[in-house]
Amino acid sequence: MLFTEVKHLVRKELMLELRMKYALNGILLYVVSTVFVCYLSFRSVIQPTTWNSLFWIIMLFASVNAVAKSFMQESKGRQLYMHTLASPQAIILSKIIYNVLLMISLSLICFFFYSLFIGNLVQDIPMFILCLILGSAGFSSVLTLMSAIASRTNGNLTLMAILSFPVQVPLLMTLIKVSKNAIDGLDASVSYKYLIILLMINVVVATLSYILFPYLCRD
Amino acid sequence: MQKFFNIQLAFGLEWWKFLAIALVLYALIGGLLIDVPALPILHETIRNLYYHVTQWFGMMIILFVSLWHSIRYLSNFKMQHDFVASEAANVGIYMGILGILTGSVWAKFTWGAWWVSDAKLNGAAITLLIYFAYIILRNSMDEEQKRARVAAVYNIFAFTMLIIFLMVLPRLTDSLHPGNGGNPGFGGYDLDNTMKLIFYPAVIGWTLLGVWLMEVCIRIRTLNHKLLIKQFK
Repeated sequence: MLFTEVKHLVRKELMLELRMKYALNGILLYVVSTVFVCYLSFRSVIQPTTWNSLFWIIMLFASVNAVAKSFMQESKGRQLYMHTLASPQAIILSKIIYNVLLMISLSLICFFFYSLFIGNLVQDIPMFILCLILGSAGFSSVLTLMSAIASRTNGNLTLMAILSFPVQVPLLMTLIKVSKNAIDGLDASVSYKYLIILLMINVVVATLSYILFPYLCRD
Repeated sequence: MQKFFNIQLAFGLEWWKFLAIALVLYALIGGLLIDVPALPILHETIRNLYYHVTQWFGMMIILFVSLWHSIRYLSNFKMQHDFVASEAANVGIYMGILGILTGSVWAKFTWGAWWVSDAKLNGAAITLLIYFAYIILRNSMDEEQKRARVAAVYNIFAFTMLIIFLMVLPRLTDSLHPGNGGNPGFGGYDLDNTMKLIFYPAVIGWTLLGVWLMEVCIRIRTLNHKLLIKQFK
């Protein structure tokens, strides 16, 4: 029951996104132009630490912009209509799944342009891509819940940033540590501990969203 | 049970308030006078254990009370639970700030700097930021019922993050604190019996003081609420 609901809702999100192309294209342009601005100001980055931090900071702001709209841009009427059709759990899970997919593709695109312009210093690419996937999943699940909370207030973007940044910071720190290991081509066993932390934060946030979201939509 | 805690001793104050004063005074005076084990690096700063660690314990207990009332609010939607949850969070933040200040002094005299990049310190700073965000979130909404509900949801989220940042992450990464990252804990070898004699009463004392502070804030809040309702009658 829940599974079919989630499946249909994810498809609905995807179709909406493809129909209103400007949102998707807008976020793509945002990422590419940020990378290009960094290219213009840095030319090339040789230091792995700087390369790494710059990449994740771009990803952080891209994620805020990409996920913010998930609840904010929906009109009150449409939200009400969705609640008559599906359970709140299905709605939040579908939003999280959709945002995770969106962020993973966005981060891969960002990585492509980043290495195209600024250069690729990564030695262990599969590990780095695993970081990208876990990182995007973490960013988008935290931001989806915070977007849901912020949309219940007067729906301003600043509040969402305030609510989510404290949680994003440790995520970002862990990500920077693991991806630095991947850049230096260290053995994968060094990174297992950090990967487990990332996975744990993801699971905890997704579970909390699943439990708490139904209370948010009682109006 | 309720009656037992409401027994007043003198000046219209309940017995546990006198206990709070007595225990805090005992911790303040006894903590500075009683002999402590002489340890390298720590020396006399080990006395800060009675203040820094006990305040953090108190903060955890009070924030847990806040979490408990948020969960209660989401199950029966009584405004009283929201008052308790929000005031407990305020007092918890206050004790957290005290804990950070005392910890900072301790860090200066043992590790050499007011702030060092350590998993537990950063976790504490982030936890405080999350709770500050909780206050801002509360203030951003006017409608009472909605504010209570959304704040309760965020409070549950905040406490879970507190557990992760203060209890789980420091144990997985390296930390300068005792008991983390391979360092032996205080309980293990150097928290001797005279120290325990001050430590546990101090925990109870700070917690009771926090509860007292919380009780006063809740009473003010409840009176304001009643006044507001009276105005509209």
